[in-house]
Amino acid sequence: MAVDHERPEIQPRPRDLRAHLNEFPWWLLIILSVIGYMVVRIIVDPIYRNIFNTILQGLSTTLYVTAVSFVFALVFGLFLGLGRVSTNVILRNLSITYIEFIRGVPMLVLIFTISYAVVPLLARTFGLPNNAISLTARAIIALVLIYGAYIAEVFRAGIEAIGRGQMEAGRSLGMSRWQTMLYVILPQATRNMLPALGNDLIALLKDTSLVSVLGVREITQVSRLSVSTSFRYEETYFILTLFYLSMTLILSLLLQWIQRRAKIKR
Amino acid sequence: MVATSADPMIRIENVSKFYGHFRALDQVSLDVQAGEVLMIVGPSGSGKSTLLRCINHLEVPDAGRIVVDGILVDNDEKHINAVRAEVGMVFQRFELFPHLTVIENICLAQQKVRRRSRAESQTIARTLLEKVGIPEQAQKYPEQLSGGQQQRVAIARALAMQPKIMLFDEPTSALDPEMIKEVLDVMLALAHEGMTMVVVSHEMGFARNAAHRVAFMDQGRIVEQGPPDKIFSTPQHDRTQLFLSRILH
Repeated sequence: MAVDHERPEIQPRPRDLRAHLNEFPWWLLIILSVIGYMVVRIIVDPIYRNIFNTILQGLSTTLYVTAVSFVFALVFGLFLGLGRVSTNVILRNLSITYIEFIRGVPMLVLIFTISYAVVPLLARTFGLPNNAISLTARAIIALVLIYGAYIAEVFRAGIEAIGRGQMEAGRSLGMSRWQTMLYVILPQATRNMLPALGNDLIALLKDTSLVSVLGVREITQVSRLSVSTSFRYEETYFILTLFYLSMTLILSLLLQWIQRRAKIKR
Repeated sequence: MVATSADPMIRIENVSKFYGHFRALDQVSLDVQAGEVLMIVGPSGSGKSTLLRCINHLEVPDAGRIVVDGILVDNDEKHINAVRAEVGMVFQRFELFPHLTVIENICLAQQKVRRRSRAESQTIARTLLEKVGIPEQAQKYPEQLSGGQQQRVAIARALAMQPKIMLFDEPTSALDPEMIKEVLDVMLALAHEGMTMVVVSHEMGFARNAAHRVAFMDQGRIVEQGPPDKIFSTPQHDRTQLFLSRILH
């Protein structure tokens, strides 16, 4: 019997140190170092600690405004997005008009307009006094109206990314357009939309700083008030920056984790 | 309008369909009797899929009239849903719902449209999975199945609505060759049970074994139709001959 040629055993090349160093998340290490340095500073330096404690008083408002606005913006955005892809001409054009309106005006201007013009106007229409709605509530209303438009576009893109065949399959089984949307298209679209929705949540968290112009006592407003009497600009604004950076970092890591889980669980 | 036994199951009268200026269907008329297996063949772009999709109103004809089991298929949403509940459809690309398991795929419309209970719809689903030969795949997701298995699930999903008519839109074109037979076998069994079927496909073996009639389409018209033996052995039109010479080697 002919001897087979001895075939050399080929091993996958071991990943060298260089490859590992290349893939290491250095950016995360740098950010964590900055955060770590600031945390140490806050612990050892009473001035930093005082300012930290002051800003901390606004944290619950920031988180509350973010969470409530996001939940309502999701609901509003879903309906707007469904209107955006509707076959009904009126519904579709109303949705597009609204979305383009919001997207065409700076957020800061919208916050002023909604809080100081639209909400009081509506209040008067319903026979309420001008100041019947608190500034925090107005801030939330403004953020919901603005982010609803952004999230609507996320829903639209998510829905349009699902092939036409899925709608046809649902319809061919006798399900209505809405039933197919609800049970077939949206569950798939939502899964695809998770990254984009996560980005919007982080953006919303940062944009709550804008409602400080309304005097809502979230962390930015608390910082501004504190600075106006202490004049400790550097310490205050560095710590404020630290607050936002830590929160967005935590959120972003959390969202990545959720996405990985969603992928595994299908 | 009540259907009598004399009425055809599907009546297509002078149906035309345009895409822009392109005439996809040119005054097509066609009747399909209850229990008949009609095969539509023709070159791509000849309008065969468009015609099939007009039957359950996935395409809206620009002119003409379609009556399915006594129900006029017009723009009335009630009529459309009534017709779609009677007409099952199998797509080239299966179009299973990827976020649902096999059994959930088969149960969804049963529960939402037929208002069946969870238990009842699952019993029906299991019977049908047995029938298409893959009872063991019930809890899997579509992407875990082969193409042939997915298409058989799609057939079971359509059958679960207990349709009177089944439409097949190139059901084997997206399949690897070794999986075509398992799908054709299921279709053959259906045909032998007396299901009314309209099949757009180039599977000539199926045509010979199961079809009662073959219609040849070209440029939006039915050029000729007749029993499969006659169409395949003695086609009358040049275009039919040309087409057949290309697909029958």
